[in-house]
Amino acid sequence: MFDNEELEQIKKQRKKWEENVVEPTVKRFPERKEEFKTSSSHEIKKTYTPLDVEDLEYVNDLAFPGMPPYTRGVQPTMYRGKLWTMRQYAGFGTAEESNERFHYLMSQGQTGLSVAFDLPTQIGYDSDDSMAEGEVGRVGVAIDSLDDMETLFREIPLDKVSTSMTINSTAAILLAMYIALAEKQGVSPDKLKGTIQNDILKEYIARGTYIFPPEPSMKIITDIFEYCSEYLPGFNTISISGYHIREAGANAVQEIAFTLADGIAYVEAAIDAGLDPNVFGKRLSFFFNAHNNFFEEIAKFRAARRIWARIMKERFNVENNKALRLRFHTQTGGSTLTAQQPLNNIARVAYQALAAVLGGTQSLHTNSYDEALGLPTEESVTAALRTQQIIAYETGVADTVDPLGGSYFIEKLTSDIEKKVMEYLSKIDDLGGMVKAIEKGYIQKEILNTAYEYQLNVENQKEIVVGVNKFQTDEDAEKEILEFDPEIEDRQKEKLKTLKEKRDQNTVKEALEKLKKAAKEDDNIMPYVLDAVKHYATVGEISSALRDVFGEYTEAIIL
Amino acid sequence: MENKLKVLVAKPGLDGHDRGAKIVAMALRDAGMEVIYTGLRQSPEEIVKAASQENVDIIGLSILSGAHLKLCERIQKLMKESDIEDKPVFVGGIIPAKDVKKLKEMGIYEVFGPGVPLKKIVEKVKEAVK
Repeated sequence: MFDNEELEQIKKQRKKWEENVVEPTVKRFPERKEEFKTSSSHEIKKTYTPLDVEDLEYVNDLAFPGMPPYTRGVQPTMYRGKLWTMRQYAGFGTAEESNERFHYLMSQGQTGLSVAFDLPTQIGYDSDDSMAEGEVGRVGVAIDSLDDMETLFREIPLDKVSTSMTINSTAAILLAMYIALAEKQGVSPDKLKGTIQNDILKEYIARGTYIFPPEPSMKIITDIFEYCSEYLPGFNTISISGYHIREAGANAVQEIAFTLADGIAYVEAAIDAGLDPNVFGKRLSFFFNAHNNFFEEIAKFRAARRIWARIMKERFNVENNKALRLRFHTQTGGSTLTAQQPLNNIARVAYQALAAVLGGTQSLHTNSYDEALGLPTEESVTAALRTQQIIAYETGVADTVDPLGGSYFIEKLTSDIEKKVMEYLSKIDDLGGMVKAIEKGYIQKEILNTAYEYQLNVENQKEIVVGVNKFQTDEDAEKEILEFDPEIEDRQKEKLKTLKEKRDQNTVKEALEKLKKAAKEDDNIMPYVLDAVKHYATVGEISSALRDVFGEYTEAIIL
Repeated sequence: MENKLKVLVAKPGLDGHDRGAKIVAMALRDAGMEVIYTGLRQSPEEIVKAASQENVDIIGLSILSGAHLKLCERIQKLMKESDIEDKPVFVGGIIPAKDVKKLKEMGIYEVFGPGVPLKKIVEKVKEAVK
């Protein structure tokens, strides 16, 4: 982007600056640290100049917003046209309570719904299963059947909202319930907008809500891709998630590398199943974390877009530009929240959210300041939502596209992250692809090593966590947190019992048998799951039918 | 020379957040202890069985889903039945202050929330078997 003569002049001046200006200064006033590094152990220099980005080609590497490789953003006008979707992840207790929280959030200006399910729902157990004891309604809402889903979305017209569901190994079931509910509301499936997480590979790596082994899991995912390509064209069929990989301790480079490697595995599986990446590629979405290292995070988002566009184009020969675009949701970093001095978390969340916006996110969840203590209260959730609204309406950062594009530092970081991610991707290819790399425990070990190293750095104060290992205060006041009603589990069990009594057992049984047969014969299971949920078969019953056919995954213990 | 302490680090219930459990396990190992890590989704029965078969000195439970009270209750009951109720039990996770009190009253040796230094955890574990 610069001519040689200019670069030569800059080089000369740099030499002068280093010798005559920097050296004597540093002798008298040493820098704060011996070395400055990003989270990915990338050394940060004193300052950046055109010399750091001399290889960058504007048209090929950056391009205008809305043009491949989309480094500067996936839409031509970005937030000048429409602000990002403010989407707070919510759900707890029974469907009634979660429905109330949804209505509250929407009344406060939230623009999309995001459903948190409890662990039994995510792992395919009904609320009355012994495995579910103590877990019902804890980390999200308990859904056993379509009946609960009807309550969860009471007075929420499904053609007017976009709904994101954090659901993976049971995604087919919950999506089927959503479709069945839409039909009951008189909304045709092609009007539905939203996202299912449906990203099983990161469950094996980091989040843990797997049921089946990788092979049948990948089959279910491609079944969903296929079904949705035909019937739910407005639905994001997967949210390939780096969020949890980062929470498990990965650094920024690992987050992007392992997420995109998961993405490659899904695209390959879908192509193998005969699907066209030009079509399903448009409905792939991503989910990233926004952590503390501000500039590295912004560069990370930009690099992710550029790498994905290149992978889709060069590796999978995708021609449809819409299928090259990496669209993503962001959540601020849960593991950066501290239980100590919890109000400090408001500041952390604000900077992280700002990084996500400067990085061009399509939607955003801001964490509540009390989430290292328990589930957030209405007050803390509102403060988190307001943080986004302040960024959107008061700071002015949404008024131009990619305002940091062209910063020598940001562009250099973006290119460096791309390079390091590509190294990881080729290493994973060498291991035989992502599924193999996970089965071997390679990915888990890489993340664990980074996590442990970080923790040791916190212990020896190489990393400072304000209020935790520096600037501590004595705190013993009990903090107010959301109280959990212990009777929720009993109420939910009671509800399930009533449902099982009033539905037609024979049609349920028949539907489950048909589903098993389809699974055995490798048919697309989606129509059969849909049929089963319409007859009020439960999450546990459907999962158990599929467990019979597909078996269960056992974790490779990595330490 | 003193015997190597043997610790079982377990993830009871359905919770999949294992970063804390693994890091603590690594720190205890680096402090010279023998550590057995169970992996995810262990039932109270499996955990107590492992603890008694492996004859561990200490049990560490990591729970971030909020199911800590019920799970600890069941584990303690089973420990009694297996005659290993004298083994100190540690709990780590997101545990509300009120429940920390309850857990300690139930006989849990110590509860660690987010941000506790590994050094402190190692010290407490050593102190528990003195």
